[in-house]
Formats: sequence, structure tokens, C-alpha cells
Amino acid sequence: MSNHNTLAGATGTRDYFLKEEPHVENGTALGFWLYLMSDCLIFAALFATYGALGRNYAGGAGGAELFDLSLVAINTALLLLSSITFGFAMLAKQKGSVKGTVVWLIITGLFGAGFLGVELYEFHHLIHVGAGPQSSAAMSAFFALVGTHGLHVTFGLVWLVVLLLQIGKHGLTRENNRRLMCLSMFWHFLDVVWIGVFSFVYLMGVL
Amino acid sequence: MSAQDNHAAHGHDDHHGHDDGPHSTFSGYMIGFFLSIILTAIPFAVVMGDVFENRTTTVAVIAFFAVVQIIVHMVYFLHMNGKVEGGWTLMSTIFTLVFVAVTLAGTLWVMYHMNTNMMPGHNHNPAAVTQQQPAADQGHTNH
Repeated sequence: MSNHNTLAGATGTRDYFLKEEPHVENGTALGFWLYLMSDCLIFAALFATYGALGRNYAGGAGGAELFDLSLVAINTALLLLSSITFGFAMLAKQKGSVKGTVVWLIITGLFGAGFLGVELYEFHHLIHVGAGPQSSAAMSAFFALVGTHGLHVTFGLVWLVVLLLQIGKHGLTRENNRRLMCLSMFWHFLDVVWIGVFSFVYLMGVL
Repeated sequence: MSAQDNHAAHGHDDHHGHDDGPHSTFSGYMIGFFLSIILTAIPFAVVMGDVFENRTTTVAVIAFFAVVQIIVHMVYFLHMNGKVEGGWTLMSTIFTLVFVAVTLAGTLWVMYHMNTNMMPGHNHNPAAVTQQQPAADQGHTNH
């Protein structure tokens, strides 16, 4: 170090070593992926809680009486459809079509809202028949897990609406494309979590 | 105009499509979509149609289709493979899967033993009851 200083002083020039740190290309995608993975850990904890408590109905009605599988099938279809329509929005974005992107995003949002509507109806029904979150450990775990997923969908919808406004105002700029990519990962991730919910909570719950 | 700007903004590196995520294709989405429909329909049909007498078989079938469908979603919708981000997405995913497996398996294992060993009088788990020693099952009938 001192050697370097005397050298620089002797020649009267200053050397700067401002080399950029090595960074991955497209770092936002990796960062957002890491967020999703940590979100995955939250869901793992909630799934584990449901796994441990999911049969403790405190003498009340069990999953077989409470869950309506046809309603769950409708919800699954809605979320699956919203995933593919988001895919179409991404394809329209790749082609640079603002109108196509916006239209497919709106359709995705409608499917998402439909999913939430059905879920809220189910929650209302459960609370109405006395199987609310306070009724038993199983229902607490159920509302915590399914409700957290529902909250994620809600915030996804808020994000979707805000992004629609941004795209409407600025078009498919680089920033909006990046946001679209993140939201698409978020949306598909929620669909992946829902696979766990309908398999583990509902299908196994009614057995 | 925006496309031009986009390109200019990318000038500092040689890769096209920076920050836009992986390139998606129509056929990829459709393959994923149709596989998902099939992989969802089968477990629903198995449960709603009471296909298997044995509960364990049904649970195994549901779990199998869930795992396959999650992989299908990862590959076709989330565009997972070993190459994205220099393999770091795959590494973080494997780490998460290990963590999730430990959390789920560990919790269920510990809580199952807590139930069977510490709460003989309040056991609502039919599987746990059949596992118990007859002596420990003080006067409780199997469900």
C-alpha cells in the first residue's frame, strides 16, 4: 500500500481502481426470486401448522362436512385461467403490443377478482355456520393459511391495477417491463402455492 | 419510440432483453396450461368420485399429482432451469425446498409424537390411535 503511494507520488499521477463489482445480469429477477423463496418459507410454516392442527376440530364439524369441493374446483380453475392469461399478457408485451398487454392483464385481474370473490363467499359461509377462525385449532390454521394466500392475491390485484395505470400512462417502458416480469413471477408463484392448498387442505381435508 | 429508447438504454451491455426476464413462448404456456388441467382434474376426480377404498392410496395419489404439477408450473410458467441467473435461481430454489422439507417433515413428526405420547385422552387422530399400545389406550375405542 505504502509502496503504491510513493510510486503514485513520484510519478505525479493518481491511480483509481474503480472496478465494478461483479453482478449478475438481470439482478431484479434474481432478487425478486429470492423474495418469493422467502415467502415460500412463510407458507411452509403455515402448511406445517395446518398439518399439525388440521384435525383438531374441538368437537365441531370436520373438513368433510365443511369444505365444498366443487367451489374449490371453480376457484382452482379461475386461478389457473388467470395464470395462462397472464402468460398471454407477457407474450403481448414481448411483441410490444400495449393494447394486447393491457387487455390480457384486465382479463387476468377479473379472474383474480373472481377467485377472491369465491374465497370470501366460502369464508363468509364458514363463519356463518359457526366454523370461524375462533371455533377450533383446525379452523384457525385453515383461515391463517388460506387467508394469507388470499391476502397475497389481493395485493397482487392492487399491484396489477397500479401497473395497468402505469402502462396506460407511460407505455411499455423498460421500468414497466421489469415490473411486469416481477408481477408475473408473483402471480405464477401464487398459483404454485394454491396447488399445495387445494391438495393438502381441501382434497386431503375431506378424506 | 419506446422500443428505440429501450434499445438505447441497453447499450452498456451486450445482452438483449436485459431485465425483461426469460423469453416466453406461446407453445410453452399452452403445454403448461394443458398439463395443469390434467394434473388438477385427476386428483379432484379421485377424491370426488371415491375411486380408492384406501385412504393412504388416495393421499399418496394427491401428493404425487401436486408435486408433478408444481414442477410443471415451475418449468413452463416460472421458466425455471439450470441456466437462468447463472444457476442462482436453481440454487436458491433447492435451498428453499430443503428448508421447506425440514420444516414440514420436522413439525409433523414432532407434533405427531407429542399427540401420541402426551395426550392419550384427547386424541382425535384415528391413525394415531391405531398406532398406540393397547395398554396406553385407556378405555378409548378406536374411531
